[in-house]
Amino acid sequence: MKLIIAVIQPEELPAIKEELLKREIYKFTVSNAKGQGKEIPVQEVYRGISYEISLLKKVRLEIAVNNKYVDAVIEAITTVAKKDGDKGRGKIFILPIEECIRIRTGETGSDAIG
Amino acid sequence: MNNKIIFSIAFFLSMGSIALANEDLTSAHVLFTVNNIWILVSAFLVFIMHLGFAALESGLTQAKNTVNILFKNVSIVAIGILTYALCGFNIMYPGEFNGFLGFSGWGIASPPGNAGLIDYANGAYTYFTDFIFQAMFAATAATIVSGAVAERIKLSSFLIFSTLYVAFIYPVTGSWKWGGGWLDQMGFYDFAGSTLVHSVGGWAALVGAYLLGPRLGKYGKNGYMKPILGHNMPLASIGVFLLWFGWYGFNGGSVLSADPGSISLVFVTTTLSAAAGVIGAMITSWFMSKKPDLSMILNGSLAGLVGITAGADVISPISSVIVGFVSGIIVVLSVIQLDKLKIDDPVGAISVHLVCGIWGTLAVGLFTEVSTVMIQCKGIIICGIFCFISATIIFLSIKGMLGLRVSEEEEILGLDIGEHDMESYAGFQIFTVE
Repeated sequence: MKLIIAVIQPEELPAIKEELLKREIYKFTVSNAKGQGKEIPVQEVYRGISYEISLLKKVRLEIAVNNKYVDAVIEAITTVAKKDGDKGRGKIFILPIEECIRIRTGETGSDAIG
Repeated sequence: MNNKIIFSIAFFLSMGSIALANEDLTSAHVLFTVNNIWILVSAFLVFIMHLGFAALESGLTQAKNTVNILFKNVSIVAIGILTYALCGFNIMYPGEFNGFLGFSGWGIASPPGNAGLIDYANGAYTYFTDFIFQAMFAATAATIVSGAVAERIKLSSFLIFSTLYVAFIYPVTGSWKWGGGWLDQMGFYDFAGSTLVHSVGGWAALVGAYLLGPRLGKYGKNGYMKPILGHNMPLASIGVFLLWFGWYGFNGGSVLSADPGSISLVFVTTTLSAAAGVIGAMITSWFMSKKPDLSMILNGSLAGLVGITAGADVISPISSVIVGFVSGIIVVLSVIQLDKLKIDDPVGAISVHLVCGIWGTLAVGLFTEVSTVMIQCKGIIICGIFCFISATIIFLSIKGMLGLRVSEEEEILGLDIGEHDMESYAGFQIFTVE
């Protein structure tokens, strides 16, 4: 069992979601995040004063899967996110999961994740 | 046929009015009723401008100070109207006086019988209509200050300042022109208050913003500026449209009768100037910041409205477009310049009301024959010195006694919690990590 955490650009979320569903990965959590990467900071102007935004809006994806699905998840994210080679495409982290419990039934381990 | 029409109009308009008992129904009475209704409608329109100010100021400031801004805007209306009833009206319109300072007694009371009705202003409006229309104006002058000092002034200090300013300073300068005082005798022209309302409020806004200093975080160590974004542009836009809407009463009602020719001209000049203000600000901000700024064109329309206010009834439509367009340009330049001078005005009140108020008053001398640039200048300077000095004295006295500014911790936490122990958007999660 692995927990995959990916920080991606918000505009890539719909396409990544589609790719995940295509690979039969139906369960994931999405949250808004702010982060600083290597991309060029965004310039905005308000009432004549321009300023730099270095903390940019990101999306954080959390996907818990059985081991055989890990490659599929990585593929789903990278087919969308790596396309133009710009900086700031995000990162994927893979962590082991100690235990997983489905609250409704009390199932544990691999059965609970699937 | 004609009589029938007049009679039926009069019938509808006169229900409940003692002045229009059937036996003395004349065209003078019909006219009186129509005039009076128009001024009352204008009073409602000016009243709704306070909602406009409340929305605009909330929209252009941070979410954590919204309760405080709204609190100020609501209480000022109450304070402005009550003090005007108590003494303001009688300081501003004392009747016969020395031209500098007059006072015809506390409180308001209509002259008995027809003296307070049809004979009060030659059939234009009643005593009470006069009062309520003027009272709505008085509250406007104090509201102008609120935006410029927002997000850092102590509520108590602000309320004391506003009470004194609107009770005494506003009516004194008002009496100099509209009360028939020395500026009026000099030939100074200010139709609906570019100077007497907007600049009077604007001077206090300037003094207040300067004495308070900029908001925390606006200026970095090396003098670089970091803007503090307004939290709700839709609200700010609603506010501007409401102000524009209310301005038809502000200028239209200032004709002080329902004279069709005069009112329709005022509507046209007011609208053209506001529209030209938007375009002037759009072009200037597009050019200066590479991208057009919504908050600047919002200020631009108000700039055009303030600019035309001094001469709305005498300026030609084509000149009103020029007045508005120039207002739109200078409001943007002024906002940028004030930021450089470290006078922090979150909503642009000083640029809109003071700078464009001055420009509008001068424009009467430039574009019409009713006054000269010289006389207009004198009026601007005299009012300016008086307002600047009195605002400084009041603000500094309050500073000495109570302090003007909230603590640093309170400013970071927000005045909603600090001053009111209350949130504006309870239940909403506002993302504030920077």
